[in-house]
Amino acid sequence: MMQKRYMSIWFSTLLTDWIRIKRPALKALPLVFSDKAANRMIITAVSHEAALLGIHQGMPLADARAIVPGLEVIENQSHKSEKLLKAIGEWCIRYSPLVAIEEDQGLTLDISGCAHLWGGEREYLREIVNRLRGLGYYVRAAVSDTMGTAWAVSRYGKTTPIVKSGEELSALLSLPPMALRLSPLASQKLIKLGLKTVESFISMPRSVLRRRIGEESMERIEQVLGQKQERFSPIALPEVYSARLESMEPIRTRKGIELAIEKLLTQLCAHLKKDGMGIRSALLQSYRIDGKLIRTVIGTNGPSANISHLFKLFSLKIDQIEPKMGIELFTMDAAKVETLDPRQEALWMAEKGMEDQKVCELLDRLAGKVGPQAIQRYLPQPHHWPERSIKKVDSLLEPLSLPWRTDRPRPVQLLNIPEPVQVSAPIPDYPPMLFRYQGITHQVKKADGPERIEREWWLEEGEHRDYYQLEDAEGKRYWLFRSGHYSSEKTSGWFIHGFFA
Amino acid sequence: MTAVKRDIISKLQEQILSLQGCKPIGDGPAMDFGLGQISASFPGKVFPLAAIHEFLSTNLEDAAASGGFISALLSTLMQKGGLCLWISTQRKIFPPSMITFGLSPERIVFIDLSSERDVLWASEEALKCESLAAVVTELDELNFAQSRRLQLVIEKSRVTSFIIRKNAEKLSSTLAAARWKISALPSGAIDGMPGLGFPKWNVELLKIKNGLPGNWTVEYCGGSFNILNQTVIHTGEIRKAV
Repeated sequence: MMQKRYMSIWFSTLLTDWIRIKRPALKALPLVFSDKAANRMIITAVSHEAALLGIHQGMPLADARAIVPGLEVIENQSHKSEKLLKAIGEWCIRYSPLVAIEEDQGLTLDISGCAHLWGGEREYLREIVNRLRGLGYYVRAAVSDTMGTAWAVSRYGKTTPIVKSGEELSALLSLPPMALRLSPLASQKLIKLGLKTVESFISMPRSVLRRRIGEESMERIEQVLGQKQERFSPIALPEVYSARLESMEPIRTRKGIELAIEKLLTQLCAHLKKDGMGIRSALLQSYRIDGKLIRTVIGTNGPSANISHLFKLFSLKIDQIEPKMGIELFTMDAAKVETLDPRQEALWMAEKGMEDQKVCELLDRLAGKVGPQAIQRYLPQPHHWPERSIKKVDSLLEPLSLPWRTDRPRPVQLLNIPEPVQVSAPIPDYPPMLFRYQGITHQVKKADGPERIEREWWLEEGEHRDYYQLEDAEGKRYWLFRSGHYSSEKTSGWFIHGFFA
Repeated sequence: MTAVKRDIISKLQEQILSLQGCKPIGDGPAMDFGLGQISASFPGKVFPLAAIHEFLSTNLEDAAASGGFISALLSTLMQKGGLCLWISTQRKIFPPSMITFGLSPERIVFIDLSSERDVLWASEEALKCESLAAVVTELDELNFAQSRRLQLVIEKSRVTSFIIRKNAEKLSSTLAAARWKISALPSGAIDGMPGLGFPKWNVELLKIKNGLPGNWTVEYCGGSFNILNQTVIHTGEIRKAV
């Protein structure tokens, strides 16, 4: 197995850096974030300048104001840090597909096999740190074989940020016990005992240490040294089918974006075809030079690995990709794939079966412009309540599992919501003699019914319907129903629901 | 002499037909829609495929009648397989009813859109796809330019287009090959029994390119049209009527 390498990036002043990017006027001012905790305002983040003046995290805001009267305070924004880290993490996917959020405002990248693309770990690290600093975040980073050592060196390291394989222990020796991510209580205890560096206690027998600092802290130490595996939970799992394309120069034109999409599709479809898979949904991510990430999603009605078709779907959406200063990196993931079966065709396609691909492509194009919810196909459903007698299906290939019912007449036009009508009808269960709908009185000449349709009581409550087919003097045919039984209290329970041919 | 003249005239008519984009379909036998006497009104006595058919229906009752008539036509048109697209805004057509007219509802793909512009765009895109058996479009209005766009697409793809015009008050001339109006008539009793009979319509062919407009009473029973009586209107009269 290939040796794992991890990079830890520490954002020591994440929140204050972020607010300064948003509001440059706050630059170089002592700045803190505060949140309410137990009825007091407690400081949750401190800028570098404020820290120099003696303000630290966890201090009550009132005390800090006493020290620095002109302190800039941002209230109730601390919850942003999680979201912010995730966003930066997603941006970092350009450097490695596996990015995780680590404790204490940092990111961990699994960089195994990535660094050589940038010409080595040193250049890789420099690139990332410079880019993030360029965006305005003060970061420190370190690379090591274990997540724990990378974490320790990024926070407490004083010499080189790159720890060579197998040299974890020697890199840690001069660091304080906190660097091992021990609980504050455990590290305080160690310092109280005079064990101020890792060197002073790391070679002690395990049983002795365990008694002092507890089982949990021992596990931490083992993880740092790589004796025990540590869980890595990435913010986004890399797609099996994905392609990336870096631009030599930032792309600003439509033509450039088109070329990029075409190249990515060629890569992706070659891979997919080899495995006999087709795209149902694909995601194009355009990394803009100003740090913004634009996502473009397309979906198809059937699995497809046809480059020109998929390209057409993307080209409908190119307008939404605003390049601004330019796009430096494109990635494309096949978010949903299905087996591509060349023989797959619906039975009802009989003679034109060979061409169903064209229909699929047409529907994809329509879905791309007006949204997939606009496209409906219906199959019967075993429910007798008219509104529920059909179900929407999103696949063109789903066959008929149940025959269409022909024993009961159903109207050609059905109102979504039945409309009340005024009716005059003789005593129970006789069809109406006349009814009034939209101001017009219709004399009923012929009638059929009633057809009683009960509520599906296991799904909903309410009254049954007694349906009548009515024909008026002009020959127009209607579907009316009476809701529930006759009663002397209510006058009209009649509704119009449809129109027959 | 007259026979020669008639021959020349029919040849010229054929030429004009093909110049107008109305070419005879394929080499196979013409599709029989079971329209009986109505077929005599069509150019060459064949139901014009690969053309626009307009249906005027201003109210829901007429829409229901047109829906039934179109479903019956589609069932013949789709015998050879293929799919049909039904493009509309505020669709009210109830798919299970189509089975009454011999059409399997699962072979219709409904496109429900929110604006007339989208409906026109989608119809044009759909008509470009020669794998479709037909495209049904519900529209409020259709002007000459829009109909010409659709006609040009159809001439390439040879797909038949049915357009239901819901706002027949503003009738503009279009490039449609036929303009129909289907309205309900009182049904006849079946074997003297009370209750509703088979659907019965007044089928008006108001305009037909290179054909004769007419007026028929049609009953739909047991999966076929039953033409009860007819009035062929002379061209002069129809001009006044429309």
